[in-house]
Amino acid sequence: MGYERQADFGTPEVLSETSVTLTIDGAAVTVPSGTSVMRAAALAGRKIPSLCASDCLQAFGSCRLCLVEIDGQRGAPASCTTPAAEGMSVHTATERVQKLRRGVMELYLSDHPADCSACAQGDCEIAEQAKHAGIETSRYTIGSTSPEVPQDCSNPYFDFDPAKCIVCSRCVRACDEVQGTFALTIEGRGFKSKVSAGQADDSFLSSECVSCGACVQACPTGALQEKAVAEIGMPDRAVVTTCAYCGVGCTFRAELKGDQVVRMVPWKDGKANHGHSCVKGRFAWGYANHKDRITQPMVRESIDQPWREVGWDEAFAFTAQRLLSIKAKHGAGALGGITSSRCTNEETFLVQKLVRAGFGTNNVDTCARVCHSPTGYGLKTTFGTSAGTQDFDSVMQADVILVIGANPTDAHPVFASRMKRRLKQGAQLIVIDPRRIDLVRMPHVEAAYHLPLQPGTNVAVLTAMAHVIVIEGLADEAFIRERCDWDEYSDWAAYVSDPRHSPEVLEPVTRVPAADLRAAARLFANAGNGAIYYGLGVTEHSQGSSTVMAIANLAMATGNIGRAGVGVNPLRGQNNVQGACDMGSFPHELSGYRHVSDDAARALFEADWGVVLDPEPGLRIPNMLDAALDGSFRALYVQGEDILQSDPNTHHVAAGLKAMELVIVHDLFLNETADYAHVFLPGSTFLEKDGTFTNAERRIQLVAKVIEPANGLEDWQVTQGLARAIGLDWNYTHPREIMAEVARLTPSFAGVSFERLAEEGSLQWPVTANAPHGTPVMHMDGFVRGKGKFVVTDYVPTDEKTGPRYPLLLTTGRILSQYNVGAQTRRTENVVWHEEDLLEMHPADADLRGLKSGDWTRLASRTGETTLRLTVTDRVAPGVVYTTFHHPATQANVVTTEYSDWATNCPEYKVTAVQVLPSNGPTEWQESYASWSQKSRRITVEPVE
Amino acid sequence: MDLARLHHMANQIARNFAVQGDEAAIVATLDHLKLFWDPRMKAAILAGDRSGLEPIAQAAVERVAGIQK
Repeated sequence: MGYERQADFGTPEVLSETSVTLTIDGAAVTVPSGTSVMRAAALAGRKIPSLCASDCLQAFGSCRLCLVEIDGQRGAPASCTTPAAEGMSVHTATERVQKLRRGVMELYLSDHPADCSACAQGDCEIAEQAKHAGIETSRYTIGSTSPEVPQDCSNPYFDFDPAKCIVCSRCVRACDEVQGTFALTIEGRGFKSKVSAGQADDSFLSSECVSCGACVQACPTGALQEKAVAEIGMPDRAVVTTCAYCGVGCTFRAELKGDQVVRMVPWKDGKANHGHSCVKGRFAWGYANHKDRITQPMVRESIDQPWREVGWDEAFAFTAQRLLSIKAKHGAGALGGITSSRCTNEETFLVQKLVRAGFGTNNVDTCARVCHSPTGYGLKTTFGTSAGTQDFDSVMQADVILVIGANPTDAHPVFASRMKRRLKQGAQLIVIDPRRIDLVRMPHVEAAYHLPLQPGTNVAVLTAMAHVIVIEGLADEAFIRERCDWDEYSDWAAYVSDPRHSPEVLEPVTRVPAADLRAAARLFANAGNGAIYYGLGVTEHSQGSSTVMAIANLAMATGNIGRAGVGVNPLRGQNNVQGACDMGSFPHELSGYRHVSDDAARALFEADWGVVLDPEPGLRIPNMLDAALDGSFRALYVQGEDILQSDPNTHHVAAGLKAMELVIVHDLFLNETADYAHVFLPGSTFLEKDGTFTNAERRIQLVAKVIEPANGLEDWQVTQGLARAIGLDWNYTHPREIMAEVARLTPSFAGVSFERLAEEGSLQWPVTANAPHGTPVMHMDGFVRGKGKFVVTDYVPTDEKTGPRYPLLLTTGRILSQYNVGAQTRRTENVVWHEEDLLEMHPADADLRGLKSGDWTRLASRTGETTLRLTVTDRVAPGVVYTTFHHPATQANVVTTEYSDWATNCPEYKVTAVQVLPSNGPTEWQESYASWSQKSRRITVEPVE
Repeated sequence: MDLARLHHMANQIARNFAVQGDEAAIVATLDHLKLFWDPRMKAAILAGDRSGLEPIAQAAVERVAGIQK
């Protein structure tokens, strides 16, 4: 598309069962009751001028430009704050209102710089409205009374120029209403009034501003403007695509000048984000052009050699020869691959197809192994399908929201903003988390209950909640009888009713005050609409799958499944975790979650692909590493995942990789895993490819190629090149052909195609003949598996125990500005918010060790040790420490153990027994790793063939 | 494959099914091994010393052996 601003109807859409009909300048228009005159006029094609209005914000009535005349009414009311009424006759452009607007515009111009760069660039609504009003100059003295206020250029992505500000409050309201952070305010009065971030001495950077960009998007004048617009100029075209960070799946307009991306602006029609964004998606895309980006294929015979740049053909031939040689010598079981949750559905589907049909083995796994594999197991067992039950909009109908093991304001910020909006409307919140996450108490949001459980006791807490619900007769028996297996429920109810599962008996285990737990259970059971949201604090435990099933039990027991406002909602970490799982990335499942031992399913694929598939499950990632050490696994193709940094027990991962004959890394950068690789295939960013991502609400959305791939090939083309080199006759010419294959082989995707996605904007699977427009809420009329299955989830304590040597429990997580191993975000300006991983410790534990904030500390577990600096905070409970895992210099996973979920081997990142002591420098391992890593990344530049 | 690690995995699976009662837990553990373990993992646990297995896991592994015979 060419460039034009996104349409704005002035005030938000109103949903109403009744409507009114009015006339705007003589033209009749019918709108939902409660709609503003301004919006009705816009819908009728009569745009009324305004400066303070936006359909992203509630009407404010401040700028006085949108005045209209209404028959039978005195004066000239503001159209933004006047509701449309039946039979109303509105006049938007009478001589009287035009004169009023000219007067108002003259006042605005008097306080607006004549040399406004935004006006010159066409990015200032003042210039537009002045032109619309027919005036060029003001009769008043320009700027005479406006004080000189310096620009605030502290934020790495946008500047604030008070001289251009008209104090319309759009930015302040966007921060309040859209983002929910309340970081901005109007300071001072009259001509001295100005937008202020935080306290008087704060800049945007030092304030509570989270750099979501809502204020920049709302600003009508260029007072708040992206630095990139100032540097590059205004965009001249835009392409709609989908963000490649978290599982919210925001859609953006990539706005370009020529072939250069100027900015990413959240798309108002995006059904996941509704025009909102976070600091990562909005601003942190510069990694695509980072100097570390590798765009040339590279190979080497052994990992102690420098890399040698080669052409694509040589890279494919080098790789194929070694793959085929290993297969001939050691069998297909010696090969395997890992798909990426950052790549598209089509790319992921091809990698698992390459492994199954090309390598001849089911040794394919995905990074979901280390995050949401227990979600797949748990929800398939209880409900019959491996996915969340709701769409994001469902939260707006929730009455009680239970957040367990998730930190949405940091990890899923755009969804968190919607959740906060619902909480501000009066929904109640229960937080179950060892840390006092921001949602527990923040402006205009306060949890009714925060249950700060001991890490590793999720199942015990949920069983105690179930105990209260069953014992006190709060279970929804009618729902259970109709929708679930009654006998299984009876067994479960008898189990949880046992006195040993009461909150009081379990309190010494969970460390949750029994009275709070009882009250929280009652609140949830009596919610009306009770919705559960969870994250990796649920899954990354030795009982991750049990906890997911315990959550499902709780939802079924209280009848909170099968309608809007309720449900079980896994918040997926990466952009396409859901999609990667859907596409058959697990070693035991084909696409659509059909087991490889299912003869009928396998026959379908065998007929389509012309191969015989192995009916036995393959190796999971940790099993691949174990098998590498015993010599039975020798070659690994890793697309878009850095297992050395992200997987637990770094020493073990390194040993496994080192034992392999061939490691193929397909990525944007020479990541930590590439230190142990023999082939590097450069990848393409989300800006450089076509395809689809599927977000946490099962929403399949198009990813559009915005610019040409810097490496020359999209990732699906790289996989196809490799496939052809080992003898597969693949001839895809566009990802739409891959999706067509997915659709014909996968019942839940039967109705999905690029064409349908373009028509509908997005589709939530299942998309079938019975649900051609997709399925926003699942299990409405019955569970996918038939009857909902209650599973008795016994609390089995983790084998990871604290003791005299390791008396503290470490739990890990991520923060707003960074994303997972940081490969992308560390290569953006986001590092200003997080230059290093820090260790959080309670003051009591810090005092005991003589530690204070800023001190270097040595963090040690039975698997390894690292050093990092300390932050003393009561966010964590005594006995618990917390850190992030975004920086390879820290490598928090040197410390984490190989204990994992009993059902899926998802690592137990959230519970590691550690000791923390003062330190005066990096560990021996950190020093040797840094040295090794530097050596491993040498590149010998030779002429390319 | 590291036998101690396989034993730990099998025992962990069995412990989580133990609440169902011995026979049901043995069947569930057996099914889990069949559905999710790569053949070389099953072969390794069958071939190795089983003294590190707890009773439910041991019974399940013996049934795997019986099926493979």
